[in-house]
Amino acid sequence: MRMLRLIVGLLLAMSVAPAMALDRETIAQLTGGDPDEQHRALGAAAARGDLSAIPFLRDLLADRVKLAGDKAFIVDGDKVVDALERTPAELPADAEDASTSNSLRLAIEETIALIELASPDRAARLEAVKRLQSAELDESRVALLAKAEQKERDASVRDVLRQMRALGELQSADRVQRLSAAQALRTTISGRVREALKTRLATEDDGEVRVALTRSLRNVESSLAIGENLGVVFSGLSLGSILLLAALGLAITYGLMGVINMAHGEMMMIGAYATYIVQNLFRAHLPDHFQWYLAAAAPVAFLVAALVGVAIERTVIRFLYGRALETLLATWGVSLILMQAVRSLFGAQNVQVENPAWMSGRVFVTDNLELPYNRIVILIFSVGVLLLVSFLLARTRLGLFVRAVTQNRGMARCVGVDSSRIDTMAFALGSGLAGLAGVALSQVGNVGPDLGQHYIVDSFMVVVLGGVGQLAGAVYAALGLGVAGKILENMAGAVLAEIALLIFIVVFIQKRPQGLFALGGRQAD
Amino acid sequence: MLYIPPAPSLATRIFGLRGWLAFLAAALTIFVAVPLANLVAPEGSFLHLSDASVALIGKLFCYAMLALAMDLVWGYAGILSLGHGIFFALGGYAFGMYLMRQIGRDGSYHSDLPDFMVFLDWKAYPWFWSFTDHFAYAAALAILAPATLAFVFGYFAFRSRIKGVYFSIITQALTYAMMLLFFRNETGFGGNNGFTDFKRIVDYPLATPTTRMILFTLTGACLLALILVSRFLVSSKFGRVLTAIREAESRVMFCGYDTLSYKLAIWTFSAAICGLAGALYVPQVGIINPSEMSPAASIEIAIWAAVGGRGTLIGPLIGAVIVNGAKSFFTAAIPEYWLFFLGLLFVLVTLLLPKGVIGLFDTLASFRKERAR
Amino acid sequence: MKRRVMVKSLGMLAAGALLASTALVPAHAEEKGPIKVGILHSLSGTMAISETVLKDTALMAIEEINAKGGVLGRKLEPVVIDPASNWPLFAEKARQLLATDKVAVVFGCWTSVSRKSVLPVFKELNGLLFYPVQYEGEELEKNVFYTGAAPNQQAIPAVEYLMSKAGGGAKRFVLLGTDYVYPRTTNKILRAFLHSKGVADADIMEEYTPFGHSDYQTIVANIKKFASGGKTAVVSTINGDSNVPFYKELGNAGLKATEVPVVAFSVGEEELRGVDAKPLVGHLAAWNYFMSLKNPANTEFKKKWAAYAKAHGVANADKPLTNDPMEATYIGVNLWKQAVEKAKTTDVDKVIAAVGGQKLEAPSGFTAEMDAKNHHLHKPVFIGEVKADGQFNVVWKTPGPVRAQPWSPFIPGNDKKKDEPDTH
Repeated sequence: MRMLRLIVGLLLAMSVAPAMALDRETIAQLTGGDPDEQHRALGAAAARGDLSAIPFLRDLLADRVKLAGDKAFIVDGDKVVDALERTPAELPADAEDASTSNSLRLAIEETIALIELASPDRAARLEAVKRLQSAELDESRVALLAKAEQKERDASVRDVLRQMRALGELQSADRVQRLSAAQALRTTISGRVREALKTRLATEDDGEVRVALTRSLRNVESSLAIGENLGVVFSGLSLGSILLLAALGLAITYGLMGVINMAHGEMMMIGAYATYIVQNLFRAHLPDHFQWYLAAAAPVAFLVAALVGVAIERTVIRFLYGRALETLLATWGVSLILMQAVRSLFGAQNVQVENPAWMSGRVFVTDNLELPYNRIVILIFSVGVLLLVSFLLARTRLGLFVRAVTQNRGMARCVGVDSSRIDTMAFALGSGLAGLAGVALSQVGNVGPDLGQHYIVDSFMVVVLGGVGQLAGAVYAALGLGVAGKILENMAGAVLAEIALLIFIVVFIQKRPQGLFALGGRQAD
Repeated sequence: MLYIPPAPSLATRIFGLRGWLAFLAAALTIFVAVPLANLVAPEGSFLHLSDASVALIGKLFCYAMLALAMDLVWGYAGILSLGHGIFFALGGYAFGMYLMRQIGRDGSYHSDLPDFMVFLDWKAYPWFWSFTDHFAYAAALAILAPATLAFVFGYFAFRSRIKGVYFSIITQALTYAMMLLFFRNETGFGGNNGFTDFKRIVDYPLATPTTRMILFTLTGACLLALILVSRFLVSSKFGRVLTAIREAESRVMFCGYDTLSYKLAIWTFSAAICGLAGALYVPQVGIINPSEMSPAASIEIAIWAAVGGRGTLIGPLIGAVIVNGAKSFFTAAIPEYWLFFLGLLFVLVTLLLPKGVIGLFDTLASFRKERAR
Repeated sequence: MKRRVMVKSLGMLAAGALLASTALVPAHAEEKGPIKVGILHSLSGTMAISETVLKDTALMAIEEINAKGGVLGRKLEPVVIDPASNWPLFAEKARQLLATDKVAVVFGCWTSVSRKSVLPVFKELNGLLFYPVQYEGEELEKNVFYTGAAPNQQAIPAVEYLMSKAGGGAKRFVLLGTDYVYPRTTNKILRAFLHSKGVADADIMEEYTPFGHSDYQTIVANIKKFASGGKTAVVSTINGDSNVPFYKELGNAGLKATEVPVVAFSVGEEELRGVDAKPLVGHLAAWNYFMSLKNPANTEFKKKWAAYAKAHGVANADKPLTNDPMEATYIGVNLWKQAVEKAKTTDVDKVIAAVGGQKLEAPSGFTAEMDAKNHHLHKPVFIGEVKADGQFNVVWKTPGPVRAQPWSPFIPGNDKKKDEPDTH
C-alpha cells in the first residue's frame, strides 16, 4: 500500500507537475496524530511538489491550526478561516489545537524546503537547499534532489545540490563516483561533511579515493578550525566584556576610593530589575516601541543604581572611610538587605526579561561560525561604557577631582576640593555602572534576587588581578580572564577551568601583590 | 628609682579571681550539669535536657571555637580571613574520612569502600585516604591538614606582604575554588552530598546518648582548653607583638621584629583550631559537605567575631551564640525576615558597635562609674 | 584588660547553656488530641523558590483531610519547620521534629543532600519520611517512602522517546548536567542504557558545569559541532538557575528544538514562571505529571490549589501553577492517611507495613499505587513540549504506570540488590 502511494505520488509529480490542490484527506492525515501517516502525507506532498500545500504547512508550524470534528481552521489573531477553502469561518467552541511534535515540525520544514526547490524565485531555492543541508536523506528525497539539480540553472544552488548528492555518493559502490564525490566535497565547509569523510575514510580500500578523501578532509578540517578558533576567541571576548562591565564600577569604588563594596553585585541586580520595570512599562504603555525599551532602560538603571549607591554612601560608607575591612562587612550586610528587599517586592522567583527582536539572530562569518547579535551588542555596549568612563575620569572636572582625591586626599582638600561630595559622586558613578552591567546581564541570564551573588567573586578577581586604581588593568584582566577561561574550558571542562583560574589568581597575586598594573611609588603605613 | 612591678604569675596573667570562678562554673556546667540533666534526669522532668539540645549546644561550641580562631587572627593580628570555612571543612573532611571507614560494610552496597566510591566504580581507596582508618591518624590529619594548608598559603601571602583587603579577597577566592573542587564527584570526597550516614566512632555506635555525651564533653573540654591557651597567648609578649602588628606593621618591622613569623604562627594556629572544631562538628552534626566552604559561610564567622567584640576572645564566643541563636529563632518564627535582621546586624554593629557587644558592656560599665562619681 | 567583662561573659555562656537546657524540655506526646505531622521544606535560602509551594501543598492536603474529619477521628496538626536550605540544619530540625515534637510522619526534603542528611536521624529515631521529588535512585530505606520518580520513571523513558521515530530518532546524545550527584548518577545510568541500545561511546558526549554557571557559549558550540555527526538530542540535568542562560545560548547559536531537542528533568511549570519561554519552545521535559493534563482528577486538583492559594495568600496566587513535585506531595499525604486508617494507629512500623499497596486516583489521571515492597510509587511518564505560555504540550506518555527500579539494572552489581529495604 505504501509502495503504491509512493509510486502514484511520483507518477503524479512527473505528469501533472505543480498545480495540485491541497485536499481534505491530506489535512486529516497531517493533523491526525499518527506519526507514520503524517510522515507519509508529507512525503507525498513533497513528491507532488505541491506548492499549494505550503501555506497550510506554515500555519501548522506556527500553531495556527485548530481542529473541530473533521474540520480544520486557521486562527490568525481574530481572523478565522477554513483551512481548505481559505474562506472566513466561525470557530466552533470545542475547537482544539492541532498538536505538533518536534519530529513532525522538522519534517514539515524539510518538506516545505523540498517543495520550494521548484520555486521560480532563486533566493527561495537557495534558502531551501541550505535548509536541506542538514536534513536526513532517504531514497525518495535523494531522487527529488537529483531531479532538482537537473533542472537547476543557477550555479550556486546547483553547487550545493551537487555537494549534497556527493554526500550520498560517498557510499556508492562505483569507485569513480566515490572519487568524484570526494573531490566535490573539498570546498564544503560543514561539520556534517567532515564526519562523512571521516567515516568513509575509515572503510575505504581504494588508494586513489583515499588520497582524494584525505585531501578533502584536510581542507574541510582546516577551514572548520578557523571558524572554531575564532568562535572560542569571540566567546572569550564576550565573557570578558561581561566581566568588564561587572567589574568597571568596582574598579572605581574599590580601585579609586578604597571602598570594598560587597553590595556591588546587588547594584547589578537593581539595574536588571530596573530593566524589568522599564520593559513592563513599555509593554503596557508603549507597545509600538517595545523593541527600543533597552535604550530607555540603560539610563534608568544607571540612575536608580546610582541613587541607591548615594543612599548607601551617605548612610553607611561615609562613616567607615579608612576602615576597609569594616566597609566590607557593612556592605555585605547591605547586600543581604537589598536582596531580601527585592525578594519581598518582586518575589523570590526570577522575573521575565525579554530580548528585543533586533537582538536575536546572528551574523554570518564563516560556514560554521555565526555570532549572536545580543553578545555583539553587549560587547559594543561595554566598549562604549568603558570609553565614557575613561572620558569622564580623564577629561572632566569631576574626573580630575576624583583622581586628586584618590592620589592625595589631604592635599586635594587643601586646594578646595569638597572631598566628601566627590566620594559620594564617585560612589554613585560606580554603582550606576553596576546598574548598566545589570542591563546587559538581563539579556543573557536570569534576573532574580541572587543575580549579583554570581558575579561578585568574579568582579573582585578582575579588579584585584588588574591592579588597584587602574581602569586599563581591569580591561586587560577582564578580557584575559574571559579568553583564558574559554580556552581552558575547551580543554578541561567548565568546572576545572573555573578552579584553575581562581588558583591562578591566588598564585599570581603572590607574585605581583599589586596586580598587573601597580601604581608606582613607595608606600608605607 | 624605676619601679619594676613583679611579673604576675601565669595564673593571674590569664584570668583574675572572678575570671577563674566563671571558668570553673562553665566547666562544671559542661562536665557535670549537662551530663546529669541529659542522662540522669528523667525525660519529661523540668531538669531534663534532650538529646537534640545537647547536639545543638555541641554544635554551638564548635562554632564558638571558630569564632575564637577568627578573633586570634582578626582581633589580635588584624588579618581578616574570609576563608576560615576551608580550614573548618578540611578538619571535618579529614575526620569524616575516618567516620566513613568506620561504617565498614554497613553501607547500602555492603562494600569495603564508601557508597559513593562504589558508585564511581573505584576499586580501591585513593592515596589521600590511606591510613584514615586509624583514629589517631585521622584526628591528627584533621588538625595538620588545615594547618599545613594555612602555613603554605600564609607563608607565600605574608612573604609577598599581601595584607588588608587584598588578603581577605584572596582567601575568599581560595575558599570558592576549594568549594568547587570539593563539589566535583571525582575529587574523592563524595561531591555535593559529602559524607553522611556515619554509624560508629572508635567502634562504638554513634547514635547512643553516652557516645553523644562523650563527644559533647570532649568538645566542651577542647573549647575551655582553647580559651585558656588563647588567653595565655594574647597576654604574653607574643600577643603584644601581634597587637602591635595589627596597629602598624611597618613600624614593628622597623623595630627589628620578623613580622612574617608572628603572623604565620598565629595564622597557622588559628587554622588548626578550625580543623579541630570541624573534626568535633562532623560526628555531632552527622554531615559534612562543600557548602561549609561557601564564601558566605566564612563571612558569617567574621560577623560572629564582630558582633561579640573583636580582640576580646570571649566576645566572639558570645557573638557566635547570639547570631546562631537569632538564626534559629528567625528561621523558625519569621523566615522572610532573617536576612533583613542579619543584614542590619552587620551594618549596625560595624557602624555603632565597633567593639561589639562586649564593648557595649564596657561602655555601660564606665558610664555607670562616671555617674557614681 | 576588662576582667569584669570576662567574668560576666563566661557566666553568660554557662547561663546560656543552662537556659537552653530548660527551654528545650520536650512536650509530652499525647495519645488523644491532634496527630502532629511534620513539614520539613526550606522556606528561606536558595531552595526556597522550589520548596515553599510543597509546604503549601502539604498544608492544603492536611486542611482537606481535616475538613473531612481528620484521621482516626483525630485532627492533623501540621508542624512547619524551615531548615533554611542548610544541609546540617536539615538533620538538626529532623531530630527536633521526631524527638521533641514527636510527629507521626514528616513530609519534606528536595535535594538529595538534604535527604541524605536527615536519613540517619530517621533511622535512629525510627521516623517516617515521605520524599516527593524525582531523584537518582540507588537508595531504599525502610523509613522513607519515595513519591517522586526513580530514573526508570523519568530519564530512561525520555531517552527511549528521543530514540523513537516520533521523538526524532536521535543517534547521538549529549548528557549535560550540573556537577552534583543527581546528574552524575542519572547520566551514568543513561550511558549504560544507551550502551545496551547499541549507542557507542563516541556518540555520547558528557559535560558538567558548576552550580550557578551562566556562560554556556563553549558548551553550546561543542554541542553544535557534535550534532554535525548525526541526529543529536541533549539530555539536560542542569540545575534550576542555569537553565535560562543555557536555552538562551542555544537560541543564540541557532540550534532549534526541531534539530537538536533538549529534554530536561528539572524544568517544570514552576521553573518556567518568570522565564521568557520563547527560546525554550519545542524543547522537552519528562515528568510524571503536567499541569496541562486533561482529566477530572487534575481539574479538581488545580481547582483546589487555586482556591487554597487564594485563601491563604500564597505567593503568585494570581497565577496558580501546579507541578510534578506538588502532585507527589499531595499523593504522599493522602497515601499516608489511608495507611494510618488501615493500620488504625500512627505507630511508625505498623504504618510502614500498611503503606505498601495503597492506591489513589492521582491528578496524573492514572491510579498511583505504592509498591507493596520497594517503597516507590508506580507512576506514568509523560513527555511534554514547552509552549510559549510556560505550559507543556504532552506529546507522549506511557500506556500505564511504571514500576520504579530504585536499584537501576544499568549499574553493575545492582542485580544482587534486593528490591525492598534491608532489615537490619
